[in-house]
Amino acid sequence: MFRRRKPRASSPPPTGVSLQNAFDRRAVILGSMQAGVGLLLVGRMAYLGVAENERWEVLSESNRVNLALIPPRRGAIVDRYGTPLAANRADFRVDLIPERMGDARERSLDMLAKVLKLSDTEMTDLRDRIEQSTGFQTVEVASNLDYDRFAAISVRLPDMPGVVAQRGYTRNYPTGPAVGHLLGYVGTADREEYEAEGKDPLLVTPGFKIGKDGLEQQFEQRLRGEPGARRTEVTASGRIVRELDTREDTPGAPLRLTIDAALQDYAARRLGPESGAVVVMDTVTGDLLAMASMPSFDPNSFSDGIGRVEYSMLNENERKPLLDKTLRSLYPPGSTVKPGVAMALMKAGIDPDESVYCGGGLQVGNRYFRCWKRGGHGQVDMAKGIYQSCDTYFYYFAQRSGMEPITAMLKRLGMGQEYPLPFIDQFYGTVPGPEWLKEKYGREWQAYDTVNSTIGQGYMLISPLQQCVMAARIAMGREVMPRIVQSDDVPDFQSLGFPQENIDYVRQAMSDVVNGPGTAGRARLPIDDVLLAGKTGTAQVVGLNYSDGKSGTWKYRDHGHFMCFAPFDNPRYACAVTIQHGGGSGAAYPVARDVLTFLYDPDKALEMLHAFERQWGGTAQQRLSAQYRAAAAAAGETLPPGGGSAPGTVAAARRGEPIQGSAETRASDSYFNASAQDDGSTTGGANPRGGATSSTATPAPTPAPSPTSSPTAAPTAGTTD
Amino acid sequence: MAATAIVPEGLLRWPWKVSLVLLALTGFGAAVLHSAAGGSWEPYAAKHLMRFGVFLVMALVMSRFNDTVYRFMAYPAYVVLVFLLVVVEAIGFTGGGSQRWIDLGFMQLQPSELMKPAIVIVLARFFATLPPGMVGTLRGIAPVAILLGVPCSLVLMQPDLGTTLAIVASGAVIVFMAGAPLKWFLVTGGVALAALPFAYQFALSPYQQRRVTTFLDPASDPLGKGYQITQSKIAIGSGGLTGKGFGEGSQSHLAYLPEAHTDFIFATMAEEWGVMGGVFVLMCYALILRWALRVAGRAPHRFGRLMAVGMGFTIFFYAAVNMLMVMGFAPVVGIPLPFMSHGGSSMMTVMICIGSLMAVDHWGKTQSRRRY
Repeated sequence: MFRRRKPRASSPPPTGVSLQNAFDRRAVILGSMQAGVGLLLVGRMAYLGVAENERWEVLSESNRVNLALIPPRRGAIVDRYGTPLAANRADFRVDLIPERMGDARERSLDMLAKVLKLSDTEMTDLRDRIEQSTGFQTVEVASNLDYDRFAAISVRLPDMPGVVAQRGYTRNYPTGPAVGHLLGYVGTADREEYEAEGKDPLLVTPGFKIGKDGLEQQFEQRLRGEPGARRTEVTASGRIVRELDTREDTPGAPLRLTIDAALQDYAARRLGPESGAVVVMDTVTGDLLAMASMPSFDPNSFSDGIGRVEYSMLNENERKPLLDKTLRSLYPPGSTVKPGVAMALMKAGIDPDESVYCGGGLQVGNRYFRCWKRGGHGQVDMAKGIYQSCDTYFYYFAQRSGMEPITAMLKRLGMGQEYPLPFIDQFYGTVPGPEWLKEKYGREWQAYDTVNSTIGQGYMLISPLQQCVMAARIAMGREVMPRIVQSDDVPDFQSLGFPQENIDYVRQAMSDVVNGPGTAGRARLPIDDVLLAGKTGTAQVVGLNYSDGKSGTWKYRDHGHFMCFAPFDNPRYACAVTIQHGGGSGAAYPVARDVLTFLYDPDKALEMLHAFERQWGGTAQQRLSAQYRAAAAAAGETLPPGGGSAPGTVAAARRGEPIQGSAETRASDSYFNASAQDDGSTTGGANPRGGATSSTATPAPTPAPSPTSSPTAAPTAGTTD
Repeated sequence: MAATAIVPEGLLRWPWKVSLVLLALTGFGAAVLHSAAGGSWEPYAAKHLMRFGVFLVMALVMSRFNDTVYRFMAYPAYVVLVFLLVVVEAIGFTGGGSQRWIDLGFMQLQPSELMKPAIVIVLARFFATLPPGMVGTLRGIAPVAILLGVPCSLVLMQPDLGTTLAIVASGAVIVFMAGAPLKWFLVTGGVALAALPFAYQFALSPYQQRRVTTFLDPASDPLGKGYQITQSKIAIGSGGLTGKGFGEGSQSHLAYLPEAHTDFIFATMAEEWGVMGGVFVLMCYALILRWALRVAGRAPHRFGRLMAVGMGFTIFFYAAVNMLMVMGFAPVVGIPLPFMSHGGSSMMTVMICIGSLMAVDHWGKTQSRRRY
């Protein structure tokens, strides 16, 4: 089989005839092939155009028609009386989408800078924001534009791909820094937020902002609303050919808080230059009336996309303006735990009338614990222990009761607890006890731990909110729960099971702190027949060998606390004030006094505040803008007048009009007018209201141009000077 | 005959039917271009018709030349074009980029375009003189490989994959029609298929590679080359059976369709005229190609036959690849649609093909038929 290859039958060499025949045959093949391709094309076309027609038509429409979302108007946040704490202000704004800018980016940015008259700082900030953005994310260029500049941008839009000019709404916080921590702020969604919501296109719609912190973030879904939509016919490059139709947006639902806007503003301003927190609540309903933390930031500037100078100014401040001190800072409570400890002692069966001799301290084991009063208080019973804040009394009797009942009581009074409040992050602090110590540090509880804890030192930590809740619970003898969202139902808080005489005893002792021979005589309310009951607290930060706690380096000074309620015999309001490194409780109780005074007599309280503010250099908002201007000047940058604060509110303040929700709006008109005169002179301009009256007094029809009242200058003369 | 008495004989021999088809197709192309320009004769449609007129005259002139002229011109024209390809390559090299044309001042001459009909004529000339016995031998095919290889490698260097493929295809068809053994094609086809991955890897530039990958999976690059295919399919698919109406194509007018007036003109047309318009265009091509094959069949000698088949196939290749491309069946290669796409070079090429076909037609009517 293998031996010989079979000779292949080779065809004869082609001749002219065979080639001609081959040509004819192959021409048929070629023609058929061409016809085949033609049929394939017809089939393909019919498939695309007839069978799949619907699918492609949809795609063609989605190409042609651009569905631009209209950001929904965000629900307002109002106080218990309906006064807006956060609202929307209509404005003209310009945004850009870096991804769509393409090669024209630099040219567009230059044009924006020129037309909008942006300063170099603003341009640097804008470039930073573009750098940080993810490309498809909207970057704000400018908001609050006047119509002329908006129009100037609008006509140049075709030359600036990726730039969006529109009429929109900006979030406006009339009282600015007073509500910064409480409400948080809004901003454009970042990548995580965009992805977390399944890449909802609304989140990257120019002009749309989501809550970034505080209640704005917590109630995001409720406040957001439903976006509207505008259908336009667009070219591939995004140029709008014509508008097709528009669907209006559905605004978000408003959120009504228990907060009293005026009180909130007052409390924030009353803290003045100190670093601290004020919490006020209604002891009957648990309504939180004010939660102020200072220093603060202006949520208006955060919502506009904060500049680098302002941010570093806030971030580098040792008083931590970015930290909400009502919820997220913890302090040793100092002597403010004493009424709670007293409750525990009585529950443990200790007779309040039993007394101990205070000679300036107490020997516990091999250590001598000093009372704050070196000279000693003499014979001290429970009431005196509270109103004179005698440490020795508590050193002595706490050893008798032991730590467990005290730990349990303080926990029931709200320490170490997290409340069902819609805040992102509540620090719940520490109430130490034997079990806790064992678990945490693995050592046995000692007598000296009890001693330390009864005066609110050692491991004990409390937040200002908890301190207020503790005051309310002691005052009412009920498990008062704070709430922030307004509700009409009056809750029925569970009783803590204290005998009424114990409650009365502590109330009386706490009243004596203020109205009797106590430690806070200056805290007496300037209101007839409303007696304040309170407890001072001074918490050491460092040992006495570092600092005496009263003066010297700020961060080594003692914290000052004051918790109180009023009226003492039928409590309605509870309040806690913490002044960080205030040098002792003396820094705290005047604040509490004035804040509670405001609840009963706003005029009187404002009078005191205005006197203080003249010394401090203006309201919190004014000081913050001044500070910003100083920081900007230090950074070598010039700002337009009014920079660093919401232009609307600054303008209102300059006109001498009450800012909505500010403390003044709750005061009588006569008082406010008088203060407007003062404010006018302190802000360094001509009296605005006077200017306005004089210009209306001059006969209007006189056409003769005068340097002071040229037609263009006249309408603004009253506000800009 | 009576007609002869009235109408001159030259006019009678004029290929009336195909001229009318060409006029219809080009006119339709002009209408589509009119719409693509946003409802204006400028800048495409008017020029398109004008060029057609000019090149039709050129084709008529070409059709009057005798076959000896074609035979005589075949090799010199080929050599000149190869030389021009080298010149283009040199210009591109010194200019630091790829260049495909020579600027003559009044027009940009693209030698690779002219090479398409030139290769047809030169190969037809070669096979016409090759003794029949040598057609099936390697000695007979070696010169063909050289004649085809030199311009192909020059064009591929430009790099212009579409034109290279067109030249190779026309060449292959002539070799096939000249009677080369079938197994050659099978073997070459097999080898080419096996070599495809290597060719992809080494012979194609990155941008050509991307076109191929995009063709295989348009979704992989929805904003780049895949975008073109997708937008083209959207245009054709959304046109439906009867189209959106003249001047109503949103894909082309809103600039979603790339190259709406050149490579993707079929999609522009299909969006506004639907499947009906497409069938009309395909019918026109079918008539032209049928005429080309008939002309080849009627040709008096082997040179004419091969030339006619090659010219017809060149037109077919243009049209088929372009339409396959816009419908997503072929990669995006820059091949225009004959008689419809806006562009002078391609119009000139296809009209040279038409002119040559008319010439063969003329020979068939005037010369006696020879066997070989």
